[in-house]
Amino acid sequence: MNITEKILAKASNKTSVTPGEIVDANVDVLMTHDLTGPLAVESFKKIGAEKVWDNKKIVVILDHQIPAESIKAAELHKTMRQFAKEQKLRIYDVGRGGICHQVMPDQGHVLPGAVIVGSDSHTCTYGAFGAFSTGIGSTEAAAVMTTGKIWFKVPQSIKTVVNGKFSKYVTPKDLILNMIGKLGVDGAIYKSAEFTGSTIREMSISGRMTICNMAVEMGAKNGIIEPDDLTREYLQKRVNTLPDFAALKSDKDAQYEQIVEFDVSKMEPQIACPSSVDNVKPISEVGDVPIDQAFIGSCTNGRLEDLRLAAQILKGKKVKDGVRALVIPASQEIYKQALTEGLTEIFTDAGAIVCGSACGPCLGGHIGLLAANETCVSTSNRNFIGRMGSTQANVYLASPAVVAASAVTGKITNPTAVLEAQ
Amino acid sequence: MVMESKINAPAIKFGNNIDTDVILPGKYLVLVDPYELGKHALESLDTEFVNKAKNGVILVGGKNFGCGSSREQAPLALKYASVKCVIAETFARIFYRNAINIGLPVIECSGISDLVETGDEISVDLETGKIQNISNGNKSLQGTNLPPFIMEILTDGGLIENLRKKMKSNDRI
Repeated sequence: MNITEKILAKASNKTSVTPGEIVDANVDVLMTHDLTGPLAVESFKKIGAEKVWDNKKIVVILDHQIPAESIKAAELHKTMRQFAKEQKLRIYDVGRGGICHQVMPDQGHVLPGAVIVGSDSHTCTYGAFGAFSTGIGSTEAAAVMTTGKIWFKVPQSIKTVVNGKFSKYVTPKDLILNMIGKLGVDGAIYKSAEFTGSTIREMSISGRMTICNMAVEMGAKNGIIEPDDLTREYLQKRVNTLPDFAALKSDKDAQYEQIVEFDVSKMEPQIACPSSVDNVKPISEVGDVPIDQAFIGSCTNGRLEDLRLAAQILKGKKVKDGVRALVIPASQEIYKQALTEGLTEIFTDAGAIVCGSACGPCLGGHIGLLAANETCVSTSNRNFIGRMGSTQANVYLASPAVVAASAVTGKITNPTAVLEAQ
Repeated sequence: MVMESKINAPAIKFGNNIDTDVILPGKYLVLVDPYELGKHALESLDTEFVNKAKNGVILVGGKNFGCGSSREQAPLALKYASVKCVIAETFARIFYRNAINIGLPVIECSGISDLVETGDEISVDLETGKIQNISNGNKSLQGTNLPPFIMEILTDGGLIENLRKKMKSNDRI
Protein backbone atom coordinates (compact mmCIF):
# COMPACT_ATOMS: atom_id res chain seq x y z
CA MET A 1 0.00 0.00 0.00
CA ASN A 2 1.05 3.61 -0.39
CA ILE A 3 0.99 6.08 2.50
CA THR A 4 -2.54 7.35 1.77
CA GLU A 5 -3.92 3.79 1.60
CA LYS A 6 -2.15 2.91 4.87
CA ILE A 7 -3.68 5.88 6.68
CA LEU A 8 -7.19 5.17 5.33
CA ALA A 9 -6.90 1.45 6.22
CA LYS A 10 -5.91 2.20 9.79
CA ALA A 11 -8.62 4.87 10.17
CA SER A 12 -11.27 2.39 9.06
CA ASN A 13 -9.94 -0.53 11.15
CA LYS A 14 -8.86 -2.56 8.14
CA THR A 15 -5.59 -4.31 7.44
CA SER A 16 -5.60 -3.20 3.84
CA VAL A 17 -7.62 -1.17 1.35
CA THR A 18 -7.64 -0.93 -2.43
CA PRO A 19 -8.51 2.01 -4.71
CA GLY A 20 -12.22 2.25 -5.43
CA GLU A 21 -13.22 0.69 -2.11
CA ILE A 22 -15.52 2.78 0.07
CA VAL A 23 -14.42 3.05 3.70
CA ASP A 24 -15.98 4.56 6.78
CA ALA A 25 -13.06 6.40 8.38
CA ASN A 26 -12.67 7.69 11.91
CA VAL A 27 -11.76 11.37 11.88
CA ASP A 28 -8.92 12.61 14.11
CA VAL A 29 -9.49 16.35 13.70
CA LEU A 30 -12.17 18.54 12.13
CA MET A 31 -11.38 22.17 11.28
CA THR A 32 -13.93 24.80 10.38
CA HIS A 33 -13.77 28.57 9.79
CA ASP A 34 -15.87 31.71 9.73
CA LEU A 35 -17.32 31.42 6.21
CA THR A 36 -18.20 27.72 6.11
CA GLY A 37 -18.59 27.17 9.88
CA PRO A 38 -21.90 28.98 10.42
CA LEU A 39 -23.62 26.80 7.81
CA ALA A 40 -22.13 23.74 9.55
CA VAL A 41 -23.48 24.96 12.89
CA GLU A 42 -26.93 25.42 11.34
CA SER A 43 -26.80 21.91 9.87
CA PHE A 44 -25.56 20.46 13.18
CA LYS A 45 -28.55 22.01 14.94
CA LYS A 46 -30.93 20.67 12.28
CA ILE A 47 -29.51 17.17 12.69
CA GLY A 48 -30.60 17.49 16.28
CA ALA A 49 -27.51 16.25 18.11
CA GLU A 50 -26.91 18.05 21.39
CA LYS A 51 -23.21 17.57 21.76
CA VAL A 52 -20.40 17.19 19.30
CA TRP A 53 -18.79 13.77 19.11
CA ASP A 54 -15.53 14.94 20.72
CA ASN A 55 -14.94 18.56 21.63
CA LYS A 56 -11.15 18.04 21.78
CA LYS A 57 -11.08 17.12 18.11
CA ILE A 58 -12.83 20.13 16.61
CA VAL A 59 -10.98 23.38 15.92
CA VAL A 60 -12.64 26.67 14.96
CA ILE A 61 -10.49 29.32 13.28
CA LEU A 62 -11.71 32.75 12.25
CA ASP A 63 -9.60 33.83 9.28
CA HIS A 64 -11.50 34.63 6.10
CA GLN A 65 -13.44 37.74 6.95
CA ILE A 66 -11.41 39.14 9.87
CA PRO A 67 -11.64 41.63 11.43
CA ALA A 68 -15.30 41.72 10.43
CA GLU A 69 -15.74 44.17 7.55
CA SER A 70 -19.55 44.08 7.66
CA ILE A 71 -22.36 43.42 10.07
CA LYS A 72 -23.09 40.18 8.22
CA ALA A 73 -19.53 38.94 8.82
CA ALA A 74 -19.71 40.05 12.45
CA GLU A 75 -22.85 37.92 12.85
CA LEU A 76 -21.07 34.91 11.36
CA HIS A 77 -18.20 35.37 13.82
CA LYS A 78 -20.67 35.68 16.68
CA THR A 79 -22.30 32.40 15.65
CA MET A 80 -18.93 30.63 15.71
CA ARG A 81 -17.93 32.12 19.08
CA GLN A 82 -21.23 31.08 20.64
CA PHE A 83 -21.01 27.58 19.21
CA ALA A 84 -17.41 27.16 20.39
CA LYS A 85 -18.46 28.30 23.85
CA GLU A 86 -21.52 26.02 24.02
CA GLN A 87 -19.61 22.98 22.81
CA LYS A 88 -16.32 23.86 24.57
CA LEU A 89 -14.31 23.89 21.35
CA ARG A 90 -10.90 25.37 20.77
CA ILE A 91 -11.36 28.64 18.88
CA TYR A 92 -8.70 30.90 17.41
CA ASP A 93 -10.38 34.28 17.38
CA VAL A 94 -9.35 37.54 15.71
CA GLY A 95 -5.75 38.33 16.65
CA ARG A 96 -5.17 34.91 18.24
CA GLY A 97 -4.39 32.72 15.29
CA GLY A 98 -4.28 33.60 11.62
CA ILE A 99 -4.95 31.59 8.47
CA CYS A 100 -6.41 28.22 9.42
CA HIS A 101 -3.92 26.12 7.44
CA GLN A 102 -1.00 27.80 9.19
CA VAL A 103 -2.53 27.72 12.64
CA MET A 104 -3.49 24.03 12.45
CA PRO A 105 0.03 22.58 12.22
CA ASP A 106 1.70 25.41 14.15
CA GLN A 107 -0.59 24.99 17.15
CA GLY A 108 -0.19 21.23 17.27
CA HIS A 109 -3.45 20.06 15.66
CA VAL A 110 -1.72 18.11 12.88
CA LEU A 111 0.00 14.76 13.35
CA PRO A 112 1.54 12.43 10.76
CA GLY A 113 -0.84 9.58 9.94
CA ALA A 114 -3.92 11.46 11.12
CA VAL A 115 -7.17 11.82 9.18
CA ILE A 116 -8.03 15.51 9.16
CA VAL A 117 -11.01 17.07 7.42
CA GLY A 118 -11.83 20.73 7.19
CA SER A 119 -14.55 22.81 5.61
CA ASP A 120 -12.02 24.49 3.36
CA SER A 121 -10.62 23.10 0.13
CA HIS A 122 -7.01 23.86 1.08
CA THR A 123 -7.22 21.49 4.05
CA CYS A 124 -5.03 19.26 1.87
CA THR A 125 -2.07 21.40 3.11
CA TYR A 126 -1.46 19.06 6.09
CA GLY A 127 -0.28 16.33 3.75
CA ALA A 128 3.03 18.18 4.11
CA PHE A 129 3.25 16.49 7.55
CA GLY A 130 2.21 13.04 6.35
CA ALA A 131 -1.43 13.42 7.38
CA PHE A 132 -4.37 12.42 5.17
CA SER A 133 -6.25 15.69 4.97
CA THR A 134 -8.95 16.91 2.66
CA GLY A 135 -11.64 19.53 2.24
CA ILE A 136 -15.33 18.89 2.87
CA GLY A 137 -18.48 21.01 2.84
CA SER A 138 -20.40 22.50 5.73
CA THR A 139 -23.14 19.89 6.04
CA GLU A 140 -20.60 17.11 5.90
CA ALA A 141 -18.64 18.94 8.62
CA ALA A 142 -21.84 18.94 10.69
CA ALA A 143 -22.16 15.19 10.12
CA VAL A 144 -18.56 14.70 11.29
CA MET A 145 -19.28 16.86 14.35
CA THR A 146 -22.15 14.48 15.10
CA THR A 147 -20.59 11.10 14.33
CA GLY A 148 -16.80 11.51 14.14
CA LYS A 149 -16.86 9.50 10.93
CA ILE A 150 -16.82 10.13 7.22
CA TRP A 151 -17.00 7.93 4.10
CA PHE A 152 -14.22 7.99 1.55
CA LYS A 153 -13.67 6.24 -1.72
CA VAL A 154 -10.05 5.05 -1.49
CA PRO A 155 -8.38 7.09 -4.24
CA GLN A 156 -6.14 6.01 -7.06
CA SER A 157 -2.73 7.60 -6.58
CA ILE A 158 -0.40 9.63 -8.74
CA LYS A 159 3.24 9.69 -7.69
CA THR A 160 5.37 12.63 -8.68
CA VAL A 161 9.11 12.15 -8.45
CA VAL A 162 10.96 15.45 -8.24
CA ASN A 163 14.72 15.73 -8.59
CA GLY A 164 17.27 18.49 -9.09
CA LYS A 165 18.21 21.66 -7.26
CA PHE A 166 16.27 24.90 -7.67
CA SER A 167 18.07 27.82 -9.30
CA LYS A 168 18.27 30.96 -7.19
CA TYR A 169 14.84 32.61 -6.78
CA VAL A 170 13.04 29.55 -8.11
CA THR A 171 10.84 28.10 -5.37
CA PRO A 172 8.45 25.29 -4.43
CA LYS A 173 5.61 27.54 -5.72
CA ASP A 174 7.18 27.44 -9.17
CA LEU A 175 7.36 23.65 -8.96
CA ILE A 176 3.72 23.18 -8.02
CA LEU A 177 2.58 25.67 -10.69
CA ASN A 178 4.68 23.78 -13.23
CA MET A 179 3.10 20.49 -12.12
CA ILE A 180 -0.44 21.87 -12.37
CA GLY A 181 0.41 23.27 -15.80
CA LYS A 182 1.61 19.83 -16.94
CA LEU A 183 -1.10 17.71 -15.30
CA GLY A 184 -4.02 20.14 -15.73
CA VAL A 185 -6.66 21.43 -13.30
CA ASP A 186 -8.34 18.04 -13.40
CA GLY A 187 -5.13 16.03 -13.77
CA ALA A 188 -5.48 14.44 -10.35
CA ILE A 189 -9.28 14.54 -10.06
CA TYR A 190 -10.56 12.16 -7.32
CA LYS A 191 -6.95 11.00 -6.82
CA SER A 192 -4.22 11.19 -4.24
CA ALA A 193 -1.08 13.11 -5.23
CA GLU A 194 2.05 11.83 -3.52
CA PHE A 195 5.14 14.02 -3.79
CA THR A 196 8.49 12.23 -3.66
CA GLY A 197 12.08 12.55 -4.83
CA SER A 198 15.26 14.24 -3.63
CA THR A 199 13.94 17.79 -4.17
CA ILE A 200 10.97 17.12 -1.88
CA ARG A 201 13.21 15.44 0.73
CA GLU A 202 15.48 18.48 0.82
CA MET A 203 12.59 20.93 0.80
CA SER A 204 11.67 22.88 3.95
CA ILE A 205 8.36 22.27 5.71
CA SER A 206 7.23 25.66 4.44
CA GLY A 207 7.88 24.61 0.83
CA ARG A 208 6.20 21.25 1.37
CA MET A 209 3.12 23.07 2.68
CA THR A 210 3.01 25.19 -0.50
CA ILE A 211 3.17 22.03 -2.62
CA CYS A 212 0.48 20.08 -0.74
CA ASN A 213 -1.69 23.22 -0.42
CA MET A 214 -2.12 23.43 -4.18
CA ALA A 215 -2.76 19.70 -4.75
CA VAL A 216 -6.48 20.57 -4.84
CA GLU A 217 -5.81 22.89 -7.80
CA MET A 218 -5.23 19.80 -9.93
CA GLY A 219 -8.33 18.19 -8.49
CA ALA A 220 -6.55 15.95 -5.98
CA LYS A 221 -8.39 14.53 -2.99
CA ASN A 222 -5.21 14.90 -0.96
CA GLY A 223 -1.57 15.77 -1.43
CA ILE A 224 0.92 13.93 0.73
CA ILE A 225 4.61 13.72 1.57
CA GLU A 226 6.14 10.99 3.74
CA PRO A 227 7.08 12.46 7.11
CA ASP A 228 10.80 12.50 7.99
CA ASP A 229 13.33 14.07 10.37
CA LEU A 230 12.38 17.57 9.22
CA THR A 231 8.75 16.83 10.07
CA ARG A 232 9.81 15.59 13.49
CA GLU A 233 11.96 18.65 14.12
CA TYR A 234 9.10 20.99 13.13
CA LEU A 235 6.33 19.28 15.07
CA GLN A 236 8.02 18.09 18.26
CA LYS A 237 8.05 21.55 19.82
CA ARG A 238 4.41 22.03 18.83
CA VAL A 239 2.68 18.84 20.02
CA ASN A 240 2.56 17.03 23.33
CA THR A 241 3.41 13.59 22.03
CA LEU A 242 4.63 12.87 18.56
CA PRO A 243 3.66 9.35 17.45
CA ASP A 244 6.23 6.99 16.02
CA PHE A 245 5.81 7.42 12.29
CA ALA A 246 8.67 5.27 11.04
CA ALA A 247 6.23 2.87 9.34
CA LEU A 248 4.37 5.69 7.62
CA LYS A 249 5.96 5.16 4.24
CA SER A 250 4.73 3.86 0.92
CA ASP A 251 5.72 0.22 0.35
CA LYS A 252 8.24 -0.53 -2.38
CA ASP A 253 5.54 -2.41 -4.30
CA ALA A 254 2.85 0.25 -3.70
CA GLN A 255 0.51 0.78 -6.65
CA TYR A 256 0.25 4.04 -8.57
CA GLU A 257 -2.03 4.82 -11.44
CA GLN A 258 0.61 7.14 -12.86
CA ILE A 259 4.20 8.10 -12.05
CA VAL A 260 5.38 11.49 -13.32
CA GLU A 261 8.95 12.78 -13.12
CA PHE A 262 10.03 16.39 -12.76
CA ASP A 263 13.45 18.00 -12.82
CA VAL A 264 13.66 21.46 -11.28
CA SER A 265 17.29 22.21 -12.10
CA LYS A 266 16.54 24.19 -15.25
CA MET A 267 13.15 25.47 -14.17
CA GLU A 268 12.41 29.19 -14.53
CA PRO A 269 9.94 31.04 -12.31
CA GLN A 270 6.44 29.95 -13.37
CA ILE A 271 3.34 32.09 -13.79
CA ALA A 272 -0.28 30.90 -13.85
CA CYS A 273 -1.96 33.33 -16.22
CA PRO A 274 -5.68 34.25 -16.15
CA SER A 275 -8.06 32.65 -15.57
CA SER A 276 -7.12 29.05 -14.87
CA VAL A 277 -4.49 27.68 -12.52
CA ASP A 278 -3.18 25.37 -15.27
CA ASN A 279 -2.59 28.23 -17.72
CA VAL A 280 1.05 28.13 -16.66
CA LYS A 281 4.00 29.61 -18.55
CA PRO A 282 7.66 30.09 -17.72
CA ILE A 283 8.15 33.78 -16.92
CA SER A 284 10.22 34.36 -20.06
CA GLU A 285 7.13 33.58 -22.16
CA VAL A 286 4.67 35.75 -20.27
CA GLY A 287 5.56 39.01 -22.02
CA ASP A 288 4.92 42.52 -20.79
CA VAL A 289 2.23 42.51 -18.11
CA PRO A 290 1.81 45.78 -16.19
CA ILE A 291 0.29 45.33 -12.71
CA ASP A 292 -1.87 47.40 -10.39
CA GLN A 293 -1.51 45.24 -7.27
CA ALA A 294 1.02 42.80 -5.84
CA PHE A 295 -0.11 40.46 -3.07
CA ILE A 296 2.21 38.42 -0.88
CA GLY A 297 0.35 36.17 1.54
CA SER A 298 -2.32 33.41 1.81
CA CYS A 299 -2.17 29.81 3.01
CA THR A 300 -0.02 29.10 -0.04
CA ASN A 301 2.78 31.62 0.49
CA GLY A 302 2.39 33.71 3.63
CA ARG A 303 5.05 31.98 5.69
CA LEU A 304 8.26 33.38 7.14
CA GLU A 305 10.37 31.84 4.39
CA ASP A 306 8.16 33.59 1.81
CA LEU A 307 8.31 36.94 3.60
CA ARG A 308 12.10 36.68 3.97
CA LEU A 309 12.46 36.03 0.27
CA ALA A 310 10.22 38.97 -0.61
CA ALA A 311 12.07 41.23 1.84
CA GLN A 312 15.39 40.26 0.33
CA ILE A 313 14.16 41.64 -2.98
CA LEU A 314 12.32 44.68 -1.60
CA LYS A 315 15.07 45.79 0.80
CA GLY A 316 16.13 49.36 0.01
CA LYS A 317 13.74 49.58 -2.94
CA LYS A 318 10.39 51.19 -3.52
CA VAL A 319 7.15 49.76 -4.79
CA LYS A 320 6.61 51.35 -8.20
CA ASP A 321 4.39 54.43 -8.27
CA GLY A 322 0.85 53.47 -9.20
CA VAL A 323 1.23 49.96 -7.81
CA ARG A 324 -0.02 48.93 -4.37
CA ALA A 325 1.68 46.05 -2.58
CA LEU A 326 -0.02 44.06 0.17
CA VAL A 327 1.85 41.80 2.55
CA ILE A 328 -0.12 39.52 4.86
CA PRO A 329 1.75 37.19 7.22
CA ALA A 330 -0.09 33.87 7.48
CA SER A 331 -0.34 33.87 11.27
CA GLN A 332 0.14 36.01 14.35
CA GLU A 333 3.24 33.99 15.13
CA ILE A 334 4.70 34.78 11.70
CA TYR A 335 3.59 38.40 11.99
CA LYS A 336 5.52 38.75 15.24
CA GLN A 337 8.60 37.06 13.86
CA ALA A 338 8.48 39.32 10.78
CA LEU A 339 8.57 42.29 13.15
CA THR A 340 11.46 40.85 15.15
CA GLU A 341 13.48 40.16 12.03
CA GLY A 342 12.86 43.63 10.62
CA LEU A 343 10.93 42.34 7.63
CA THR A 344 7.91 44.51 8.40
CA GLU A 345 10.13 47.59 8.35
CA ILE A 346 11.56 46.62 4.96
CA PHE A 347 8.04 46.21 3.55
CA THR A 348 6.70 49.47 4.98
CA ASP A 349 9.83 51.38 3.92
CA ALA A 350 9.27 50.07 0.41
CA GLY A 351 5.73 51.45 0.46
CA ALA A 352 3.88 48.16 0.95
CA ILE A 353 0.97 47.86 3.36
CA VAL A 354 1.32 45.07 5.92
CA CYS A 355 -2.09 43.79 7.04
CA GLY A 356 -3.16 41.62 9.95
CA SER A 357 -2.98 37.84 9.56
CA ALA A 358 -5.99 36.65 7.57
CA CYS A 359 -6.91 35.32 4.14
CA GLY A 360 -7.00 38.85 2.73
CA PRO A 361 -7.74 39.44 -0.95
CA CYS A 362 -7.16 35.78 -1.96
CA LEU A 363 -10.88 34.97 -2.14
CA GLY A 364 -12.18 38.41 -2.93
CA GLY A 365 -14.39 38.78 0.13
CA HIS A 366 -12.60 41.19 2.37
CA ILE A 367 -9.70 43.56 1.65
CA GLY A 368 -7.53 44.40 -1.32
CA LEU A 369 -10.11 43.72 -4.03
CA LEU A 370 -9.59 44.56 -7.68
CA ALA A 371 -11.56 46.95 -9.90
CA ALA A 372 -12.49 46.16 -13.50
CA ASN A 373 -9.50 45.92 -15.86
CA GLU A 374 -7.01 45.85 -12.99
CA THR A 375 -4.25 43.26 -12.77
CA CYS A 376 -2.82 41.62 -9.69
CA VAL A 377 0.20 39.37 -9.38
CA SER A 378 -0.37 37.20 -6.34
CA THR A 379 1.26 34.46 -4.31
CA SER A 380 -2.16 32.95 -3.61
CA ASN A 381 -3.68 29.85 -5.18
CA ARG A 382 -6.53 30.72 -7.56
CA ASN A 383 -6.92 33.07 -10.51
CA PHE A 384 -10.50 32.24 -11.50
CA ILE A 385 -12.75 34.90 -13.04
CA GLY A 386 -13.91 37.20 -10.24
CA ARG A 387 -11.80 35.46 -7.60
CA MET A 388 -10.25 38.67 -6.28
CA GLY A 389 -13.00 41.17 -6.99
CA SER A 390 -14.23 42.35 -10.37
CA THR A 391 -14.99 39.71 -12.99
CA GLN A 392 -13.07 41.98 -15.39
CA ALA A 393 -9.89 41.87 -13.30
CA ASN A 394 -6.93 39.62 -14.06
CA VAL A 395 -4.97 37.58 -11.52
CA TYR A 396 -1.55 36.06 -12.22
CA LEU A 397 -0.21 33.53 -9.71
CA ALA A 398 3.50 33.47 -8.91
CA SER A 399 6.12 32.96 -6.21
CA PRO A 400 6.84 35.53 -3.48
CA ALA A 401 10.13 36.37 -5.27
CA VAL A 402 8.35 37.16 -8.54
CA VAL A 403 5.60 39.15 -6.80
CA ALA A 404 8.16 41.24 -4.87
CA ALA A 405 10.21 41.89 -8.02
CA SER A 406 7.05 42.80 -9.93
CA ALA A 407 6.03 45.26 -7.21
CA VAL A 408 9.32 47.11 -7.78
CA THR A 409 9.14 47.29 -11.56
CA GLY A 410 5.36 47.58 -11.93
CA LYS A 411 5.14 44.65 -14.31
CA ILE A 412 5.57 40.89 -14.04
CA THR A 413 9.30 40.48 -13.55
CA ASN A 414 11.87 37.78 -13.01
CA PRO A 415 13.56 38.55 -9.67
CA THR A 416 17.04 38.06 -11.12
CA ALA A 417 16.38 41.06 -13.41
CA VAL A 418 15.69 43.31 -10.40
CA LEU A 419 18.74 42.15 -8.51
CA GLU A 420 21.07 42.35 -11.50
CA ALA A 421 19.97 45.95 -12.08
CA GLN A 422 21.49 46.94 -8.73
CA MET B 1 -38.31 17.04 1.35
CA VAL B 2 -38.15 13.68 -0.37
CA MET B 3 -36.77 13.68 -3.86
CA GLU B 4 -38.38 12.50 -7.07
CA SER B 5 -36.25 9.96 -8.89
CA LYS B 6 -37.28 11.17 -12.38
CA ILE B 7 -36.52 14.70 -13.51
CA ASN B 8 -37.61 16.42 -16.74
CA ALA B 9 -36.42 19.93 -17.55
CA PRO B 10 -34.73 22.01 -20.24
CA ALA B 11 -30.93 22.10 -20.22
CA ILE B 12 -28.51 24.97 -19.82
CA LYS B 13 -25.04 23.95 -20.93
CA PHE B 14 -21.66 25.24 -19.75
CA GLY B 15 -18.09 24.24 -20.61
CA ASN B 16 -15.20 22.63 -18.71
CA ASN B 17 -13.84 23.61 -15.27
CA ILE B 18 -16.79 25.68 -14.06
CA ASP B 19 -15.36 26.75 -10.71
CA THR B 20 -17.13 27.59 -7.47
CA ASP B 21 -16.01 31.23 -7.69
CA VAL B 22 -18.08 31.73 -10.84
CA ILE B 23 -20.93 29.62 -9.45
CA LEU B 24 -20.99 31.82 -6.35
CA PRO B 25 -18.34 34.55 -5.83
CA GLY B 26 -16.60 34.83 -2.43
CA LYS B 27 -18.20 38.20 -1.73
CA TYR B 28 -21.58 36.48 -1.22
CA LEU B 29 -20.36 33.98 1.38
CA VAL B 30 -21.54 36.26 4.18
CA LEU B 31 -25.14 35.65 3.05
CA VAL B 32 -26.98 33.01 5.04
CA ASP B 33 -30.40 32.87 3.34
CA PRO B 34 -30.19 30.23 0.57
CA TYR B 35 -32.73 32.15 -1.56
CA GLU B 36 -30.40 35.16 -1.42
CA LEU B 37 -27.51 32.92 -2.54
CA GLY B 38 -29.71 31.63 -5.36
CA LYS B 39 -30.12 35.15 -6.75
CA HIS B 40 -26.39 35.27 -7.58
CA ALA B 41 -25.88 31.80 -9.03
CA LEU B 42 -23.52 31.85 -12.02
CA GLU B 43 -23.95 35.61 -12.49
CA SER B 44 -20.24 36.00 -13.31
CA LEU B 45 -20.73 33.90 -16.44
CA ASP B 46 -24.26 34.91 -17.37
CA THR B 47 -26.09 37.79 -15.70
CA GLU B 48 -29.37 36.34 -17.02
CA PHE B 49 -28.81 32.81 -15.67
CA VAL B 50 -31.15 33.16 -12.70
CA ASN B 51 -33.95 34.39 -14.98
CA LYS B 52 -33.39 31.60 -17.47
CA ALA B 53 -33.37 28.97 -14.71
CA LYS B 54 -36.37 30.13 -12.70
CA ASN B 55 -38.84 27.51 -13.98
CA GLY B 56 -36.45 24.65 -13.32
CA VAL B 57 -33.46 23.54 -15.39
CA ILE B 58 -30.94 20.76 -15.70
CA LEU B 59 -27.42 22.10 -15.74
CA VAL B 60 -24.99 20.37 -18.07
CA GLY B 61 -21.27 20.82 -17.55
CA GLY B 62 -18.06 19.54 -19.05
CA LYS B 63 -15.08 18.21 -17.13
CA ASN B 64 -14.26 19.10 -13.51
CA PHE B 65 -17.55 20.86 -12.75
CA GLY B 66 -17.44 22.73 -9.44
CA CYS B 67 -13.68 22.87 -9.04
CA GLY B 68 -12.13 25.16 -6.47
CA SER B 69 -13.44 26.06 -3.07
CA SER B 70 -15.28 23.83 -0.60
CA ARG B 71 -18.10 26.37 -0.30
CA GLU B 72 -21.36 24.48 0.03
CA GLN B 73 -22.98 27.79 -0.79
CA ALA B 74 -22.15 27.04 -4.46
CA PRO B 75 -24.46 24.00 -4.89
CA LEU B 76 -26.95 25.69 -2.52
CA ALA B 77 -27.07 28.72 -4.83
CA LEU B 78 -27.75 26.43 -7.80
CA LYS B 79 -30.44 24.51 -5.93
CA TYR B 80 -32.22 27.70 -4.88
CA ALA B 81 -31.89 29.08 -8.41
CA SER B 82 -34.16 26.15 -9.41
CA VAL B 83 -31.47 23.87 -10.82
CA LYS B 84 -33.02 20.39 -10.58
CA CYS B 85 -29.96 18.34 -11.36
CA VAL B 86 -26.38 18.78 -12.60
CA ILE B 87 -24.98 16.39 -15.20
CA ALA B 88 -21.29 16.70 -16.08
CA GLU B 89 -18.50 14.73 -17.70
CA THR B 90 -16.70 14.78 -14.32
CA PHE B 91 -17.11 16.69 -11.07
CA ALA B 92 -14.65 18.18 -8.61
CA ARG B 93 -15.01 15.94 -5.60
CA ILE B 94 -15.95 18.44 -2.89
CA PHE B 95 -18.69 19.98 -5.04
CA TYR B 96 -19.99 16.49 -5.85
CA ARG B 97 -20.24 15.51 -2.18
CA ASN B 98 -21.71 18.87 -1.20
CA ALA B 99 -24.41 18.63 -3.86
CA ILE B 100 -25.49 15.19 -2.63
CA ASN B 101 -25.36 16.32 0.98
CA ILE B 102 -27.74 19.21 0.34
CA GLY B 103 -30.01 17.07 -1.85
CA LEU B 104 -29.03 18.40 -5.29
CA PRO B 105 -28.77 15.41 -7.66
CA VAL B 106 -25.50 15.13 -9.58
CA ILE B 107 -24.75 12.58 -12.28
CA GLU B 108 -21.45 11.93 -13.92
CA CYS B 109 -21.92 11.08 -17.59
CA SER B 110 -19.23 10.73 -20.19
CA GLY B 111 -20.30 12.26 -23.52
CA ILE B 112 -23.04 14.48 -22.08
CA SER B 113 -21.53 17.67 -23.58
CA ASP B 114 -21.95 16.25 -27.08
CA LEU B 115 -25.46 14.93 -26.47
CA VAL B 116 -27.03 18.12 -25.13
CA GLU B 117 -27.38 21.72 -26.26
CA THR B 118 -28.86 24.57 -24.24
CA GLY B 119 -32.63 24.50 -24.56
CA ASP B 120 -32.96 20.74 -25.15
CA GLU B 121 -35.57 18.99 -23.01
CA ILE B 122 -33.77 16.40 -20.88
CA SER B 123 -35.09 13.50 -18.87
CA VAL B 124 -33.03 11.96 -16.07
CA ASP B 125 -33.73 8.79 -14.11
CA LEU B 126 -31.71 9.02 -10.90
CA GLU B 127 -32.32 5.36 -10.00
CA THR B 128 -30.91 3.97 -13.22
CA GLY B 129 -28.63 6.86 -14.26
CA LYS B 130 -30.28 6.94 -17.70
CA ILE B 131 -30.29 10.34 -19.42
CA GLN B 132 -32.46 11.06 -22.48
CA ASN B 133 -32.50 14.03 -24.79
CA ILE B 134 -36.19 14.33 -25.64
CA SER B 135 -35.54 17.19 -28.10
CA ASN B 136 -33.01 15.11 -29.98
CA GLY B 137 -34.88 11.93 -30.93
CA ASN B 138 -34.72 10.53 -27.39
CA LYS B 139 -31.01 9.83 -27.81
CA SER B 140 -29.79 8.48 -24.51
CA LEU B 141 -26.66 8.03 -22.44
CA GLN B 142 -25.94 6.04 -19.33
CA GLY B 143 -24.66 8.11 -16.41
CA THR B 144 -22.70 6.60 -13.53
CA ASN B 145 -25.02 4.88 -11.08
CA LEU B 146 -24.95 6.20 -7.56
CA PRO B 147 -24.14 3.59 -4.88
CA PRO B 148 -27.21 2.70 -2.74
CA PHE B 149 -26.02 4.59 0.36
CA ILE B 150 -25.58 7.79 -1.67
CA MET B 151 -28.92 7.26 -3.38
CA GLU B 152 -30.44 6.97 0.09
CA ILE B 153 -28.96 10.35 1.12
CA LEU B 154 -30.39 11.92 -2.02
CA THR B 155 -33.85 10.38 -1.74
CA ASP B 156 -34.01 11.42 1.91
CA GLY B 157 -33.44 14.99 0.68
CA GLY B 158 -29.86 15.38 1.90
CA LEU B 159 -27.44 14.36 4.63
CA ILE B 160 -29.23 16.22 7.44
CA GLU B 161 -32.50 14.38 6.87
CA ASN B 162 -30.59 11.12 6.33
CA LEU B 163 -28.82 11.45 9.68
CA ARG B 164 -31.98 12.53 11.47
CA LYS B 165 -33.73 9.43 10.16
CA LYS B 166 -30.88 7.21 11.28
CA MET B 167 -30.75 8.80 14.72
CA LYS B 168 -34.50 8.36 15.10
CA SER B 169 -34.34 4.69 14.19
CA ASN B 170 -31.35 4.36 16.51
CA ASP B 171 -29.30 3.08 13.65
CA ARG B 172 -25.53 3.05 13.67
CA ILE B 173 -24.55 6.46 12.37
